[in-house]
Amino acid sequence: MNNALDMLLVFLVLTDLVLLGSSRLRNAIRIAALQGLMLGLLPLLAHGHGFGWSAVLLGAGSALLKGFVFPSLLNRALRETNARREIEPLVGYVASLLIGMGALALSFGFGARLPLPWPAPSQWLVPAGLFTVWTGLFLIVARRKAITQVLGYVVLENGIFALGMVLVEAMPLLVELGVLLDVFVAVFVMGIIVFHINREFDHIDVDQLRALKEPAP
Amino acid sequence: MNAASILHPVLAVALAPLLPGVINRTKAFFAGRRGPPLLQAYFDLWKLFRKGATYSRTTTWIFRAGPIVNFACLLAALMVLPLGRVPAPLAFAGDFILLAYLLGLGRFFTVVAALDTGSSFEGMGASREVQFATFAEPALLVGLAALARQAQDLSLSAMYAGLSAAVWSQALPLLALVAAGFFVLYLSENCRMPVDDPNTHLELTMVHEVMVLDHGGVDFGFVQWAAAVKLWVLGALVVGLFPPGATGRPLADLAAGLAGLLVLAIATGAVESCLARVRLLRVPQLLVGAGVLCALGLLLTFR
Amino acid sequence: MPAQGSMLLFVLLGAVGLLGASGAASVFAGGRSERWSVRLGVGGAVAACLAGLGAAALALVLRADAVRTFAWNLPYGSFAVGLDPLTAFFLVPTFLLSGLAAIYAVGYFRPWHGRNPGRFWLFYNALVASMALVLLARNGVLFLVAWEAMALTSFFLVIHDDAADGVREAGWTYLVASHVGMAFLLALFFLLGRAGGSQDFAAFAAPAGSAGGLFLLALVGFGTKAGLVPFHVWLPEAHPAAPSPVSAVMSGVMIKTGIYGILRTLALLGGVPAWCAWLVLGLGAVSGLYGVLYALAQRDLKRLLAYSSVENIGIVALGVGLGMLGVCHGLPAVAALGFAGGLLHVLNHAAFKGLLFLGAGAVVHATGTRDVERLGGLLKRLPWTGAAFLAGAVAICGLPPFNGFAGEFLIYGGAFKALLGSDSVGLGGLAAVIALALIGGLAVACFARAFGIVFLGEPRTADAEQGHEAGAAMRGPMIALAAICLALGLGAGAAVRILEPAVTMLTGPAGASAGEASMTWLFPITCAALASALLAVVGALVGLRRRLLAGRPVRETVTWDCGYAAPTARMQYTATGFAQPLTQGAEVLLQPHVESRLPAGIFPAAAAFRSATGDVARHRLFDPLFRGTANLLGRLRWLQQGRVHRYVLYVVASLVALLGWALVR
Repeated sequence: MNNALDMLLVFLVLTDLVLLGSSRLRNAIRIAALQGLMLGLLPLLAHGHGFGWSAVLLGAGSALLKGFVFPSLLNRALRETNARREIEPLVGYVASLLIGMGALALSFGFGARLPLPWPAPSQWLVPAGLFTVWTGLFLIVARRKAITQVLGYVVLENGIFALGMVLVEAMPLLVELGVLLDVFVAVFVMGIIVFHINREFDHIDVDQLRALKEPAP
Repeated sequence: MNAASILHPVLAVALAPLLPGVINRTKAFFAGRRGPPLLQAYFDLWKLFRKGATYSRTTTWIFRAGPIVNFACLLAALMVLPLGRVPAPLAFAGDFILLAYLLGLGRFFTVVAALDTGSSFEGMGASREVQFATFAEPALLVGLAALARQAQDLSLSAMYAGLSAAVWSQALPLLALVAAGFFVLYLSENCRMPVDDPNTHLELTMVHEVMVLDHGGVDFGFVQWAAAVKLWVLGALVVGLFPPGATGRPLADLAAGLAGLLVLAIATGAVESCLARVRLLRVPQLLVGAGVLCALGLLLTFR
Repeated sequence: MPAQGSMLLFVLLGAVGLLGASGAASVFAGGRSERWSVRLGVGGAVAACLAGLGAAALALVLRADAVRTFAWNLPYGSFAVGLDPLTAFFLVPTFLLSGLAAIYAVGYFRPWHGRNPGRFWLFYNALVASMALVLLARNGVLFLVAWEAMALTSFFLVIHDDAADGVREAGWTYLVASHVGMAFLLALFFLLGRAGGSQDFAAFAAPAGSAGGLFLLALVGFGTKAGLVPFHVWLPEAHPAAPSPVSAVMSGVMIKTGIYGILRTLALLGGVPAWCAWLVLGLGAVSGLYGVLYALAQRDLKRLLAYSSVENIGIVALGVGLGMLGVCHGLPAVAALGFAGGLLHVLNHAAFKGLLFLGAGAVVHATGTRDVERLGGLLKRLPWTGAAFLAGAVAICGLPPFNGFAGEFLIYGGAFKALLGSDSVGLGGLAAVIALALIGGLAVACFARAFGIVFLGEPRTADAEQGHEAGAAMRGPMIALAAICLALGLGAGAAVRILEPAVTMLTGPAGASAGEASMTWLFPITCAALASALLAVVGALVGLRRRLLAGRPVRETVTWDCGYAAPTARMQYTATGFAQPLTQGAEVLLQPHVESRLPAGIFPAAAAFRSATGDVARHRLFDPLFRGTANLLGRLRWLQQGRVHRYVLYVVASLVALLGWALVR
């Protein structure tokens, strides 16, 4: 009966996979925005009957933030820094996809075993959420550009949001809002930092921030 | 098994050269040209089969055996291939493994025949072919595994025959993902557009066409015919995932399957007209992507 | 039928005895007459192998089951030998390949250059005898003695060409690896025997709750012989160093005694925890992928084949792992298919890997080099060898209609059966399917490369150009093995039926009926029918082509060179280049050592490129381990002074210490 929700979750996983395999930053930002918008729909679909105003508000707020505010911030940073592509990722794209496939299998394995206080609205909710969290972490670990890393944080938050849907009745709205706020601040700060790093060093390779540690002799 | 099952392989061999014709006409339509006749592939075959042969002094019997073994493998593959709701003449548990390995045998001989010429171009094509196959084969088997798990049956015919309106409504995400994955495989295995350009015959980016550079006459006729049948074989795997369900009348099912292949050919032409070839280095990524789609489909059956 | 079983057992023991006697006779004859030495050696080997093969095959068909114990003056030891389906099944490839390789060796070693041929035949025949004894042994001590004899005789065979570069080093690596594995086996048999009170297999018992640990010991000990990653490091050293008939026997059957050991341990332990099954499955997948990727990166033909053995042992382990998984989770069909596929692949691999090593030997014999980059165009010069090698290459890729397909088909069947099952087993099945498919694709790449670069195209060097076909003694066994590969492929249904009792031993009685049902169900039309159909279609197309070409002009010219005026043989695609897209993708694992001087400037002068692939497990795991051990033990060097009275002092001191310990206790 919850076919729409299932489809949405499948699309969520697909967007994660696209993020793992895409080298164009602009494209990646667009995908992350799409993901944010989709997640806005999640509270409505997950609790189709008798949803409270809080769910609607939460969905709308997060969709607005992740679908429009973050992408525009990131796009601005992108324009300023003139970075188009992730040229030399630490882990190649084919390898990323293959590792992603393994992580997906593990997410499904864990998802089935995780004891939940309530039955999840869809059997795929937990695996999809876990996989999204994992994708975010992986992006942070395996990519060089600061923008991709910020994107990783956004995706990570998306995953937490999706997982939170299981607990939406128990998890106080405040916690969710708090996480959202954290990420908002993070994106904001990172956006500014990226801009400044770029102005200072002419690149945004996080890898080379190591040079800041100690002045070269 | 019924009359339609027997008829299908015969029709496949006879009608397969029509598919490239349809694709080319569609491409011509998109480009605003008239394009070659629909039956051009038949004319080509007729012409090739009446020619003599020219062989390189470097080559051995392997070179002559390549096209024949490849063609024979594809003909044998038709024996276990269902088309839509029409079951294959032979259906047994694990028949799809045989299908995959028959394609592998054909590929092996195409590759060694290419290496037999000692030409660096053909060596390059052969090297790429085996590289892409390494990624394509797991994707194919994982996709089939998803279908097998969905149908709880290990025979290709049963997997496809069981698809009905009820299944589509219940397992839509799975089938859609596998169909998408198989479509990519269909394009890449047949060296169609985003992977390889069937129009250019001497680009260093070529995969399949460059492997058969030295073949001519009858041998090249077998190569072309086999390529058309391969289009049919992989096309049938894609088409079978789509409606309609079984009608109860075998011949109607067969007609539906043939219509599906026609639509697929038109879609292929459209895709080729709209897409540019991806960079060679990105092809493995495309194929792994197809594999991941199939794997995701499979994982959806785990609950 | 115990009476028949005992009869067959005596025949087999007789064969073992004949092997030992003929080897010794060959040495003594070698001093006087080279010809008689060879005759005695090969005659004994072939006669014993024929008798052994007949007895083993009969035992399989009759499902013989017998144990005989003879008196033997050794503490804890008794000369207990036995025959059951598992033993009989492993004996078949052992005698088959050993006999054929013996005939091949006659041609391979001629001329002997004044060396005593008995030096080879003694060790060769003793190796075959000890392998048979390992399989027959039903007593821990006897088993270990035979196992050690097998290791030592094969060590002497590996260093047969002891004057050649790197041979002694390779032999040393093999010796060390063998004995590290042996240490684990000693522990295993000690623990098993202590619990049961006797070293006879019949009395063996696993202490409660220790089955998993004991299986782990067996896995390391036997896995070292079998060549499971990461214990495979000796394989790529020893196989190229050994003379080709020896490589064939070692790779084709000797490493399978490791698989036999694992299966025998399984049968002895009764049941093992599920994590063991997962471990075997995982090791199988890793070994398969590791082996085939390294095979793809090799330039040395025999090293390539050695890595491919690692791959195939991985495939066998995948089958065994699936079988164990099926037993643990109560899925008899999965268990039966997994074990059957693994066992069938053991037999198949003996046939095609033996064939490929013999073919590689013929190439080395003809050209004097194992470096594939220096070969090419050999199919015209060695037509029979080339055709046989092609059959082996197709078979090892698991392609129909040859035998490799049948074994892999059964393993696939088990994996897909598991995939239809519950979640966790299903994931295991999925992993096996993906691993098998990847291995299959890479194997096609690897052997298309091996065959294509070595046998096709133009000769790359003068060595390759002057190659000549092997003599009849070498050709015969290769053709026979190629025929066996095809026959086992066409008659796969019959082969499966014959190995059924061995499978039942492993799955337990519950698996018997389900296994039988699922197997007949998986082979409703035998592979024979389809494969024959394929061959028939090929024949028909050949006929059609001949008809079409009749009366038409057929000309010969050069390979089309795109208008380039001066093509040379060196411009052909190289083996390294052919594999480059795949090996580059696996650089993380392969860690090739690359030296390159790229062309620079508008008018580039000389440029150079060199790449070599070592073994990451050796360089990153065992070398540091052994270096560390050596450093540690180096600190004890002060003990060694070279003075006798010191050593006597040590002896006295340790005796006193022992005495004191005994008194205090």
